[in-house]
Amino acid sequence: MSLEEILDTSKISWLANLGPDSDIVISSRVRLARNLKDIPFPHLLSERKALEIVELVYDAFKSNDILAKDSKLYLMKDLSFNDRQLLVEMHLISPDLASSEKGAVIVSSDKTFSIMINEEDHIRIQVIFPGLSTESAYEMAGKIDDVLEESLEFAFDEKLGYLTACPTNVGTGIRASVMLHLPVLTMMKQTDRMFSTMAQLGLVVRGIYGEGTDAKGNLYQISNQITLGKTEEDIIEGLNSVVKQIIASERQARRNLKGEDRVKLEDRILRSYGILTNARLLSSEEAMTHLSNVRLGIDLGIIKNLKPEEVNRLFMISGPAYIQKLNSQDLPPFERDVKRASFIREKLLKEG
Amino acid sequence: MICDECKVNPATVHITKIINGEKTEMHLCEECAKKKNLNISGDFGPFNFDFEIEPFSVQKFLSSFFEPVSKEIRRTNETLKCDRCGLTFPRFTQIGRFGCSNCYTAFRGQLDPMLRRLHGKTYHAGKVPKRSGGKIKIKNEIEKLKRELQEAVNAEEYERAAVLRDKIRELEQKLTEK
Repeated sequence: MSLEEILDTSKISWLANLGPDSDIVISSRVRLARNLKDIPFPHLLSERKALEIVELVYDAFKSNDILAKDSKLYLMKDLSFNDRQLLVEMHLISPDLASSEKGAVIVSSDKTFSIMINEEDHIRIQVIFPGLSTESAYEMAGKIDDVLEESLEFAFDEKLGYLTACPTNVGTGIRASVMLHLPVLTMMKQTDRMFSTMAQLGLVVRGIYGEGTDAKGNLYQISNQITLGKTEEDIIEGLNSVVKQIIASERQARRNLKGEDRVKLEDRILRSYGILTNARLLSSEEAMTHLSNVRLGIDLGIIKNLKPEEVNRLFMISGPAYIQKLNSQDLPPFERDVKRASFIREKLLKEG
Repeated sequence: MICDECKVNPATVHITKIINGEKTEMHLCEECAKKKNLNISGDFGPFNFDFEIEPFSVQKFLSSFFEPVSKEIRRTNETLKCDRCGLTFPRFTQIGRFGCSNCYTAFRGQLDPMLRRLHGKTYHAGKVPKRSGGKIKIKNEIEKLKRELQEAVNAEEYERAAVLRDKIRELEQKLTEK
């Protein structure tokens, strides 16, 4: 089993291309949770039975020639630890699936969709598009759902909708999320206030908080929390309208940077560029921080010789699993930092 | 800042979760975060947040929904059990997951308060699978038209209301034919 092809990020559609509002929105993702009627949920399945589910779902999937073309099935138990982590870094599977021996994933050749089998639910269809494209992502996820439904009987209840292992997903089983790059709002300490109002709208902000309140790489993910009592379209519309307001605020904040603040920001951006093109050691966290600044520099026209999608790709490949796969071996953290620094340096100098 | 859990190491993992307006914060060291199965440890961190990390366990989170009544529920539902997968209701409140789709039927009487707290609603309003859904689809469509009809009446748009009324009749006719 080989995942070498994943190393070529130019073949990953949502990373190689830009979408609507790509100056702020990195990607949009829609996930649908589905289960098979009357079969115990994955956490209660034996490994043998779980494998039968994988086969059942894969057969249903293969019945559609267009979908099945060039798609691949990976069983978690056949993959090395690093390959599983690589799929996580590339947003194709969840950490939970990576740690499950019962799990499997079907991945499309351009990595636009993946179907996780035996995660928390029997089936989780996931579609990722570049930029703010939650609607198109849902449209595609819905089509895959229809194809699977032609040959599988889903657990569906007239009153409660699609039945899921966890009651937090019941109903539509939809989780729509948008990944936003908000460096200036973060810098101005505007994000906390903004995000705290979001809960009332049934939305959740996730980010990993490093020191202070900065999300790593200034990347935030906003997604719907409520799955029951609303249509999929309303859920997506609700998310989009909030995201659009955030986009407008970030753009406004960028425009408002004047005088001293602007000089300070330019300094920070160009220092980051200097570090990325010269450093000999880079941790993934440090790489994220500077890549965020460089990405902002491109958006503000301060850095002119780089393409935004090129930096987006570097965001994804600064993780340890990618660096190790690239060097086809397990590396201690120090070696990874060396390889990461040289990889990013070469990419930036080549593009620039 | 010191880790909330072990009170020894410096906290390097900070998690804020807001559910229905209730804010919960956790500050952990890497070790304790790992122990809590938060896949955000160290070097593998920055990417995983795209997925649904549960900052505190789903179990705790769900049992908190039952808390005010949980003792009572446990006592009266000690014997409540799904006849298909064998999951008992008390066990469900502990693990926060159903065992199979039939559990929803088996525990139906107990679910509404929890669903209301999670979602604010207890009824599905979205997509219906084509195959099992012919009838349900029509029913939902009727519900939707009835709401529109009410709106039209409230707005005194009687022409629109008449059209909607006819549509509803037509669909109700279809339903009885099926």
